[in-house]
Parts: sequence; structure tokens; C-alpha cells
Amino acid sequence: MSMDRRAFLGAAGLSALAMTGTQSLEALAGAGRPETTPEGRRAPRWGMVIDLRKCLEDRGCTDCIAACERAHNVPRLESRAHEVKWIWREPYERAFAQRGSGYGDEALRGKRVPVLCNHCDNPPCVRVCPVKATWKRGDGIVMMDWHRCIGCRYCMAACPYGARSFNWLDPRPRVKEVNPDFPTRTRGVVEKCNFCEERLAQGRGPACVEACRERALTFGDLRDPGSEVRGLLRSRHAMRRKPELGTEPSVYYLA
Amino acid sequence: MLDKGLSGGGRYWAWLGALAALIVAGALAYQRQLTLGLGITGLSRDVTWGLYIAQFTFLVGVAASAVVVVLPYYLHDYRVFGKITILGECLAVSAVAMCLLFVFVDMGQPARALNVLLYPTPNSIMFWDMLVLAGYLALNAVIARATLSAEHRGVPPPRWLRPVIVLSIPWAVSIHTVTAFLYSGLPGRHLWLTALLAPRFLASAFASGPALLILLAMLLRRLTGFDVGREALQKLGLIVAYTMTVNVFFVLVELFTVFYSQAPEAMHHFEFLFLGLEGQAGLVPWMWASVVLAMMSLGLLLTPRCRQDMRLLAAACAMVFASLWMDKGLGLIVGGFVPSPLGEVTGYAPTLPEVAIALAIWAVGSLLATVLFKVVAAVRGEPSGPDPHSRWARAPVEP
Repeated sequence: MSMDRRAFLGAAGLSALAMTGTQSLEALAGAGRPETTPEGRRAPRWGMVIDLRKCLEDRGCTDCIAACERAHNVPRLESRAHEVKWIWREPYERAFAQRGSGYGDEALRGKRVPVLCNHCDNPPCVRVCPVKATWKRGDGIVMMDWHRCIGCRYCMAACPYGARSFNWLDPRPRVKEVNPDFPTRTRGVVEKCNFCEERLAQGRGPACVEACRERALTFGDLRDPGSEVRGLLRSRHAMRRKPELGTEPSVYYLA
Repeated sequence: MLDKGLSGGGRYWAWLGALAALIVAGALAYQRQLTLGLGITGLSRDVTWGLYIAQFTFLVGVAASAVVVVLPYYLHDYRVFGKITILGECLAVSAVAMCLLFVFVDMGQPARALNVLLYPTPNSIMFWDMLVLAGYLALNAVIARATLSAEHRGVPPPRWLRPVIVLSIPWAVSIHTVTAFLYSGLPGRHLWLTALLAPRFLASAFASGPALLILLAMLLRRLTGFDVGREALQKLGLIVAYTMTVNVFFVLVELFTVFYSQAPEAMHHFEFLFLGLEGQAGLVPWMWASVVLAMMSLGLLLTPRCRQDMRLLAAACAMVFASLWMDKGLGLIVGGFVPSPLGEVTGYAPTLPEVAIALAIWAVGSLLATVLFKVVAAVRGEPSGPDPHSRWARAPVEP
């Protein structure tokens, strides 16, 4: 009987190894990183440029945040510990954590900066997820599968931008007005900004970009030299958050 | 053979009953966590791992430390460790079982636990950690069972066991190395982002694990008369003296690099742990207690006269274990999250249900260890058959 148990353990171990083997081969073959769309067109590389001079946060504007929360059924939680955030405002000093600027960035001190998932080109969250519940698409969007996530929160430890939220409690009763076109989440899973991939699929821009009256947010294809985002980046000095970590964010800030 | 764990006196059953009560209380708390979510713990958006994952990390070290008795006994044929080795293996089994339980209760979606096997992800260190831990549990369970059952039947252990034991030695090192890699590979967490983390983990594991083993062996002798021998405990005490010294050296090396370079990111974590930041100082007394206990234990362990006194050795081992539990089972994980990557200082204290669940898992481990030790003491207490490993023994064996 004990031999049976041993035989079973052996078989289980071997099959686990075999599965791992196929997965590694796929990874080596570069599957899942298409540079072109199925139709043969060059895939875009989505990115965002945020103009801090145009943003009216100092006048209390939260239009981008409200639009995002409406579109994605983001719950409102009373306790700061349990907050779920997709796009939110963070003091400039926290968002950029650059203590070395001395007096060089005095104009930005105290300003509150819109922050969101950076949809990194080299995302640490994707690297650590043990079940591939988060992955990077060919167009650069870092996606999240709420049905596969086991809630281990390793991605939250890995994200250097605090862009991921965990559903510590049931989010459904805490959604103000449910948008039936977008899923709600269950407790125990991680969520974050998805660059409005559901709207992009319909040919519309992200909800936050559309909601901004001052056009402080610009969304577009970073790979296309003629795009509006690339034009903006050529025109002024732009910053990215924590560039020294090698994550290659696709959200840029014009100072 | 395992039925020997089912016979015992009143004290034995009272102890098991107390553990069972803790387990029931923890199960009720876990039921609450399952229905309400992890929001009932003290964890938050900024401190996403706490008591559970810290216990997991500490216990992986305890599990790995079995190698400290296994290696001398099997590779160097160090006969003095003959009796304590099987205790080390049983302790490893109990510790790994606790590790797996701590990871399980930390999951937001425990029903999806098998996704780790359904969608194997070689680029995730957590995937590898689960594999090596499950493997280590299997290895030690097989080794302990085969050794004991051979002894029970009075025959030499099967020939196939030898390579399995040899494999378990590097495997033990691997479980704690991979566990350190969980943390040391994250770009934005400066307390952990150091190549010294894995060596530090191993040094502290090889001090805390054997310290616990010494204490348990002493307890076992007092309760059952099963004696691993004074020489074994003394030798293990010497090992703890060395590994604890190496561990303290590693910590000092880390502190030098961080504070001499004055790189603010890493400094802030140590300031939070030892001085407190922005009024959050909950861990400060624990961290200083850990330092004081470490210094006191080293004083005792490094003085041969003290170490050779069995009572002082026991005191030193208790200090080593407590000191390293505070350092690794509390500070190291929580400290890595404060300040957050955005510089936010968020306090963390486990809640009552969280502590109840953690205690219940410790009770499961204690229950396993008690029953396994009981079986060992009973089997080894039988009119002795041949030496369990006589097939490999080069030297004649003591009677």
C-alpha cells in the first residue's frame, strides 16, 4: 500500500515536471509577444502622457478618477487600509520619490499628480505571478485575470508603484452604481488599471482621457513617431516614475 | 508503527487536547476569514504580507535546518547524531507542514490553490518555492518513515533510501535559498534587495532550527527518558554557536553597507524597524529585544564553560530561537513593506482572528511533532534491533 503511495507521488512529480517543460519551451519560443496583429498590421504600443501644467487637481477636479470608477465598478471603501485604486492622486514627492532634486523641482512641490498602473514594458508583477493571472499583451497592456488570481499578493509586493489593489473585503456592496457592461470583482483577488482595454476594443479611448476637460491626459501609440503622444514627448521634457528600476513605464509626465 | 503515537498517559492526552482546542479556535477564526475576506486581518494595501507569511519564512528555515544533523550523520557517518537525526527529520516534516498551511491561509482565493499546478509558471519564484517545499516534505516523510519502519521490524533500511537521503541535503539548502529569492528579487523593496538575503536566511535557519531541536530533545528526555546523548547536544550547541555568530556578522555587514552608503531607500526600513518612523514604532521593542537576546545568547554560546553547562545551553538556545523569531518571524517581512514604495508609513499589527489562525497552525505543527517524536521514542525504546544504518556504517556501532 505504501508502495502505491510512493508510485503515485512519483507520477505526480513527473507530470508536474513535464508540464513545466512545455511551458518553458513556449516561453523560449517567444510565444505571446506578437509584434504584429493577426491582420498583419504593426501592433500599437499603448502609452499615456500626463501634462502636469494642465491638470486642475489644485482646484479639486477629480473627473478622471470618477469616470474610471464609474466605468470599472471600482468600490469605495471607508478604510484607507482596504482602498481599491485604479487611477488616483498622489503628492508629487510620493509619486516621484526623488529626494535628490533639491530646489530644482520647487514648482511641483505639493502638487498632486494623477498616478495609475504604468503598464511597464518589463513588468515585475508579471514576472512574479505564480499562475499567469497577470500578463503583458502585445500592445503593452498589463492585463489581469480575476478568475485565475489566487490572491497571493506577490504582484503587489513586486510593483514598485503601488498600482495594485487587493479586495480585502467583498467589493460588490461597495460599488456606488454598477455598470452592467463591466464585470464586478469578488473578494480575495487583485485588480488594477487596464488602460480601458474594453473601450479600446470598441475603438474608444480610455475613460479618464475622455473625461479630462483640460486635455491633460493624452493616450496613443508610442511606437508611431507621428502619434500625438510622441509629438508631446518631443516638445517638452518628460519624466517617468522610478526609471532606475528598469521597468520601462509607458506613462510619461510633462513637468 | 504509527499506532504508537496513539498510546500515552494522561499528560500526553491533556497536551494533545490543548493543541486540539487551539486548532478548533483557529479553524473558527479561519471560517470567519473565509466568509468576510482577509480584511479581518491587520493587513492593508501597503503592508500586504504580515504574520502568516513571516511565520512561513521563519519555519522554512526551521525545516531546512534538519540538514545540520542529516549531513554529519549520513555523509560523514558521525554516529553521535544517530538518535537526534531522526528527530531532526520529524521536526522538518512538522515545519514544512506548517509552512504550507501558512501560505494557504494567506491566499485570497484558497479554492484556486491548485492553479499553481494547473498553470505552472517557471518565471515565478513562488512556483518554484511551492515545488521545492512539497518535494522537501515528501523527501523527509519518506526518509523518516522508511528509517523507522526498518528499525521497527529489526531490518536494515532499504538500499534505495541512501540516494534519497543524499538528495535531501542540497534540497534543504534549496528550500531556504528559493524562499529568500521570493524577496530579494523584487526591484522596489530595498530591505530585501540584497544578495546577502539568502546567505543570511541560511545562517539564521541553521541557528534557530538546531536551537529548537536541542530544546525539544531535552524535553523529550525529561518526558519519556529517550536520550539522544549529551555529546550530540553539545556538538549541536557548538554548531549553533558558529551559525549564530555568522548570522550576527551578516546582519552587521548589511547595516554597514546601508548606513555607510547612506542610500535613503534601504536606511528608512532599518529606521522604521529600530527607531520607528512617523510615529509608527510597534516593531521597535521587538527588534531591540531580538538584538539583546542575540548578544546574550552569543555571550553564553561562545564561552565554553557556559555552553557545556546543559542548563545554560538550554537558556542560550531559547534566546537564539526567540531572537531569530522576532527578527525573521516579525520584523523582516513587515519591515520590507514600510515605508511603502511611495514612502507611505503604514503601521501593522495582527488582529485577534489572525493571531488565532497563526496559533492554530503552530498547534498543528506541535501536534505533528509530538506524535512523531512519540513514535520515535517508542520505536527506539524497543529492545534494540540492529543499528538502523548498519549497512552503511564503516565503524562498529555502540551497543
